[in-house]
Amino acid sequence: MSETKKGSKKNVETLEQVTIRFAGDSGDGMQLTGHQFTDTTALVGNDLATLPDFPAEIRAPAGSLAGVSSFQIQFSSREIQTPGDHPDVLVAMNPAALKVHLSDLRSNGTIIVNAANFNKRNLQLAGWDSNPLEDGQTLVDYKLIDVDMTRLVGEALSDMGLPPKIIARSTNMFALGLLYWMYSRPMDTTIKFIETKFKSRPEIVEANKRALQAGFNFGYTTEEISTSYVVLKAKKPAGTYRNIMGNQALAMGLVAAANLNGLRLFFSGYPITPASDILHILSGYKHFRVLTFQAEDEIAAVTSAIGAAYAGALAVTATSGPGMALKSEAMGLAISAELPLVAINVQRGGPSTGMPTKTEQSDLFQAMYGRNGESPIVVLAAATPADCFNTAYEACRIAIEHMIPVILLSDGYLGSGSEPWLLPDIDALPPIKNHKVTDSNGEFYPFDFIDQEAMARGWAVPGTPALEHRIGGLEKDSRTGNVSGDYDNHQQMVDRRAQKVAVVARNIPLATIHGDDSSELLVLGWGSTYGAIRAAVDSARKQGYSVSQLHLRHLNPFPSNLGELLLRFPKIIVPEINTGQLTRIIRAEFLVDANVLSKVSGKPFFPSEIEERIIQILGEK
Amino acid sequence: MSVNTAEIEQPALKRKDFVSDQVIRWCPGCGDYSILAQVQKTFPELGHRKEQIVFISGIGCASRFPYYMNTYGFHTIHGRATTVATGVKLANPDLSVWVVTGDGDSLSIGANHLVHLLRRNLDINILLVNNRIYGLTKGQYSPTSEPGKKTKSTPFGSVDRPLNPPAFALGSAGTFIARSLDVEGKHLQKMLAAAYQHKGTSFLEIYQNCLIFNDNAFVDLSEKPHKLEHQLLLEDGQPMLFGEGHNKGIRMDGHRPVVVDLEQDGYSVDDIVVHDKSDKMLALMLSELTYMADFPTPLGIIYQEQQDTYEDLVHRQIEAAVQQLGKGDLQALLHEGHTWIVD
Repeated sequence: MSETKKGSKKNVETLEQVTIRFAGDSGDGMQLTGHQFTDTTALVGNDLATLPDFPAEIRAPAGSLAGVSSFQIQFSSREIQTPGDHPDVLVAMNPAALKVHLSDLRSNGTIIVNAANFNKRNLQLAGWDSNPLEDGQTLVDYKLIDVDMTRLVGEALSDMGLPPKIIARSTNMFALGLLYWMYSRPMDTTIKFIETKFKSRPEIVEANKRALQAGFNFGYTTEEISTSYVVLKAKKPAGTYRNIMGNQALAMGLVAAANLNGLRLFFSGYPITPASDILHILSGYKHFRVLTFQAEDEIAAVTSAIGAAYAGALAVTATSGPGMALKSEAMGLAISAELPLVAINVQRGGPSTGMPTKTEQSDLFQAMYGRNGESPIVVLAAATPADCFNTAYEACRIAIEHMIPVILLSDGYLGSGSEPWLLPDIDALPPIKNHKVTDSNGEFYPFDFIDQEAMARGWAVPGTPALEHRIGGLEKDSRTGNVSGDYDNHQQMVDRRAQKVAVVARNIPLATIHGDDSSELLVLGWGSTYGAIRAAVDSARKQGYSVSQLHLRHLNPFPSNLGELLLRFPKIIVPEINTGQLTRIIRAEFLVDANVLSKVSGKPFFPSEIEERIIQILGEK
Repeated sequence: MSVNTAEIEQPALKRKDFVSDQVIRWCPGCGDYSILAQVQKTFPELGHRKEQIVFISGIGCASRFPYYMNTYGFHTIHGRATTVATGVKLANPDLSVWVVTGDGDSLSIGANHLVHLLRRNLDINILLVNNRIYGLTKGQYSPTSEPGKKTKSTPFGSVDRPLNPPAFALGSAGTFIARSLDVEGKHLQKMLAAAYQHKGTSFLEIYQNCLIFNDNAFVDLSEKPHKLEHQLLLEDGQPMLFGEGHNKGIRMDGHRPVVVDLEQDGYSVDDIVVHDKSDKMLALMLSELTYMADFPTPLGIIYQEQQDTYEDLVHRQIEAAVQQLGKGDLQALLHEGHTWIVD
């Protein structure tokens, strides 16, 4: 579809979906640019998914490959599940950004560069032997729009007398303005944002607004660009939407669980990438009477939460893999003391310090088995940024209703990725029943079950008259909680702790299949691979392949129908950002021939990678 | 003493009300028995409601303490009593929270947490039972063991330099630092009551004899007649006198403490330094006496100051936010920022 815009000689084309990657130096403001484009795109009504990707260093050397920061967004007029495989457009603010990201760009894709930064020094730093903008080879398969953004912004701001540094810092707004023109987006959201963010510095507001406008105008006037594009509103279920990142949704889910169920939220954390945002966000929710505690270390974070749980709060701690390793002894204490606790692991690349800002799903075994002794624990995983809200609520529900600790797995991709979120009806969230005891009714035994079905002991919190009792991490008598070295009692308690996890299966939904209830191939997944799997399975099904998807939120215990469902499929593959952790659990648990599709590069799966495997297994059509 | 909601009219409690039904499993003759007895004797006098009292411990001999108190109790993991206590106190500031810990538990594996509890100044009472040895693991040297100490893990003698508990607490911005001795029942009771009354973190080091693995570690302080020569019983506003009939004292020679004999050296009581528990310089000097030969060991309140407690500041900030922003509205929270409607 093509038409001519009024007053312009340019064509307007309608596209179904577009993937753009903004890339530049860590100091170039690419994350901010990406977030602005995202906010505007959400308000336009497109479906979207984003993938920020930045170095672990705050400022790696300027112009270096290590210092490149990027932000990818896919937006569409139909429902989409991922931030896209290969970008249609790459915005490269310097030679290093072009070097790092060029190979991901689809052929015939568009490259927009700030030509001013392609000087000798920057080309050298990025390892270009020749200037790719001029060598007539490197970029022949692409459509290059090279713009001296620095000069054009400088001209737009020439009467303001600003230092070159400020001018250079405004070039990201030029790029944003240009893309707003190219994709027919309004600028008002970003203008409002600039006016609020730099309220105290009017000259910066003016500089950024002018740069944004200059970029927009450049698109309108330049002969280098002949077409602009429209991506229509996506058809989505009716309701109110907002754009949401996973860590934000998690924080809100925790507040909802406390707020709607008469509990005080106690949240403790120690700064760690990529989980710190949860602490940041919750510490701003003091008017919800959220109690946040920045502990001196990971161990103090989890143990203070255990203390708060003992004292009757909804206690939550969040960290990433290395922090989770430090918390493991204390997790055992929560299991032994049968206290409700939610421990969130926003997973990142490992082992050791690993790749702090890159995503991975490699802590499933750690969550399942990473403690001393027989110490089973409930494990959940969120599937999408918005799903973090429901999963957080669900983790709290299970912890409180079963008097049991729960590990919630998220990851860096979910934590900082975003998508439109159909806001939930909070009245429809399930009420959470707690087991607080206020009356001894004669004799009180702290380890007697007050709810037999949930295998939950009474939550007799300090301050309650006549219920004074002692608990601890030593093996305890199954009724009184007193220290017990009795062999039969220990066997009974080991069995009890396993059963406590097992009975949670009665209190969670059954697993469901997307696609045909039985088909030739099942793609089984958990966590953040949801979107890529869904896109791959839907695409393969459209091509006539007999393939279905089953995605797990509950990893321990599994939904009680999982075994039966798995047996319907002759072939099962499990895409995982690890070397096959769920795969091995599934094989051991159900004796089925599940096979891993593994990728552990620090990047999420592309749908195409999963689709290729599906086609490979089922044969070309 | 602060007025606490828990200190309202109630039937008077007796010592036996604080005795649990558990058989005590410390070695016969262990100093911990005396410490437990003094706690159980002191508590009825504090007038705090029993259900509002929580004992929290880590791992070690002394950390079995909560099981023997008929209050709320939590025997946690090694080194972490202070952090569990922090969570308990933050979640419910009305509780009277007591940490019972040892020199290994809180000065070795849990030393980091001890620093941070002290500097935050939560109203928590720490009973640091110091026997200068690892008892429960059967006799390894601890961070407070003296240099050269021969133990199972140091058959040729320890080369570690010992840690000085009151100096550690002072360096951590502690607001109440005191010391007592397991067998000095009356003194210990007095210190327990003072720790309770202090609003802020109370750090009470209690020297305790481990007769199995480190017997007589504090014999100079515990047995007559020579204990008088070795105990410097601190009283706020009183000169630092000690010895038989208070015949000796501490005189400051510039910034250096000197032991003087009032009968032989020609000094009078007026020459003796007067204890001022609010004087941090004096407190540093007293802490340093811990390992100084030829000086008596200070017992009593070494240092005390009043500061806001962490839990008060935290809860005040929360209430101020509620005042300023209005009570949080979940629906509004979900809708904050940019939203759009799909019909």
